Amino acid sequence: MSELSDAVRARLKAWTYELGGPGTRARLDKITAPANEFGVDPYGFDLDFAVAAVAPLTWLYRKYFRVELHGVDNVPAEGRVLLVSNHSGQLPFDAAMIEVALLVEKDPPRVVRALVERWVPTLPFVSTFMARCGQIVGTPENCRRLLAADEAILVFPEGVRGLNKPFRERYQLRRFGPGFMRLALESGAPIVPVGVVGAEEQAPALLDLKPLARLLSFPAFPITPTLLPFPLPARYHLHFGEPLRFTGSPDEDDAELERKVAEVQAAVAALLERGLAERKHVFW
Amino acid sequence: MAPRTEPITFPGMPRTVLVTGISGNLGRALAKLLHTETRVVGLDRRPFAGKPKDLAHHQLDIRKARVEEVFRRHRPEALIHLGIMHDPRELRSETHSFNVLGTHKILDLCARHGVKKAVVLSSANVYGPRPDNSNFLPEETPLMAGERFSEMRDLVELDMYAQSFMWKHPELETVLLRPVNIVGPTVRNAPSNYLRLARPVTVLGFDPMVQIIHEQDVCRALALALRPGLRGVFNVTGPGQLPLSAILHQLGRHPIPVPHLVVRSLLRRAFEARLTSFPPEEVDHIQYLCVVDGSRFVREVGWSPSASLRDTIRSVVA
Repeated sequence: MSELSDAVRARLKAWTYELGGPGTRARLDKITAPANEFGVDPYGFDLDFAVAAVAPLTWLYRKYFRVELHGVDNVPAEGRVLLVSNHSGQLPFDAAMIEVALLVEKDPPRVVRALVERWVPTLPFVSTFMARCGQIVGTPENCRRLLAADEAILVFPEGVRGLNKPFRERYQLRRFGPGFMRLALESGAPIVPVGVVGAEEQAPALLDLKPLARLLSFPAFPITPTLLPFPLPARYHLHFGEPLRFTGSPDEDDAELERKVAEVQAAVAALLERGLAERKHVFW
Repeated sequence: MAPRTEPITFPGMPRTVLVTGISGNLGRALAKLLHTETRVVGLDRRPFAGKPKDLAHHQLDIRKARVEEVFRRHRPEALIHLGIMHDPRELRSETHSFNVLGTHKILDLCARHGVKKAVVLSSANVYGPRPDNSNFLPEETPLMAGERFSEMRDLVELDMYAQSFMWKHPELETVLLRPVNIVGPTVRNAPSNYLRLARPVTVLGFDPMVQIIHEQDVCRALALALRPGLRGVFNVTGPGQLPLSAILHQLGRHPIPVPHLVVRSLLRRAFEARLTSFPPEEVDHIQYLCVVDGSRFVREVGWSPSASLRDTIRSVVA
């Protein structure tokens, strides 16, 4: 059983290296995760597993969504940073594509920790897969700890409200929650705004079966042209903006904080606007 | 391989230490570690098999009035309170009375008889395994273990009582230790028993990070807590954390993965039919995260476990 999984893992890793293009292996070997003798870091991140697990995602990145990357150098090569992105597409492929981009395209690669919803750890397989790939539950305590350790965190301040919004409201940002700004002020981490164009069209939600969602305790149950939110091959455009730095007290009153949050939201909106203007076609 | 068990000693070691629950597996190991360093007085309603000669043992229920006589006679300077019962088969009212009333009585006696230090053994499981737990829980985390697992309410109540005792009696140094899952060759608690199963049930698709600590390291931590000047609540961590599957793999176990939708009802039937000693609520521990941040104990005591991760895992089969 373990021989089989070892063989599968080796094949998947080779696939990742191949899809990543020449030099991928050498770049990925530069990552040093603080793993113990069992290959995991204290959060349960297993680099070896992650390199294998991203193979199918890298295939999606290269062949299916054919991601175009803009401004990846705006993500600092090291040190604490918050990536703040719009969220869309019913299933969080946008998070996966951002992570693959920074792992496979960036030199040296950056491991990004996306903050996942609190209900994700109740899902079988998904919970384990997320943990081994370095994704963690988005509690403030977790973020503080990771930023203090100079890690990169990916935040979707719109949460599921953005992810599961109906198709007619595509590219209209939902109000950003202010939690990430308090963390940025507290830790002094810069914020890199990220605009994802293409994910909205991957799974247009025509309606949301709210009673069914409640029954399954899912945040939403969208009905898309493919019925289940399986993504269509829309072309992705990832835009990374210039880092924003904020100063102030994490305890300042809401009005002041909202002003800073609005600044980040405007930066993301500008990236989306640019991305949409530059885009020639949804699928090509 | 057993970890090194060098005696723990420091200036100001209390001259007489009263240990409740000394006849248990952990208590006996602690007695062996401590009796060469200081005078140890045991208190347990069970007899102490293999008692060292220089150790005075009183076979008494800690709720009995005669316990005060032990305080008068031996004048202990410190208490280590291990006298907590966990037995899912025992009558609820009896364990509750023993754990909660017993702890009240013994801590009150400490305050009345000029004891300087009270070390109370709680557990990191008081936080409870929950899907929305942070990856590392600090000591300030609310104690939510009773929410889903009523058997844990005793322990939560005891922990809370020890905390309020700490604030009510500033003249007495109270130390509350919350070690992670204790495993070892002699302990017979749920985590050790689980790891001893040849074919343990796991929850299909779940593989939480788990922290374990060797029983010998818990004894060392309890002894270190006697150090003068130390008070407060401390998580006590072992040599690290790793996925449950890695521990089972290391021990050569063949897990039986059961879907999470049915595992609890199956386990309930098996528990009621006495086919297993694990109540269904234990499933949370192999499904969700309950990993703690032990940095405070490291910072204030210079704590480092002596058993390696590999040896700690192997210790359940030693």
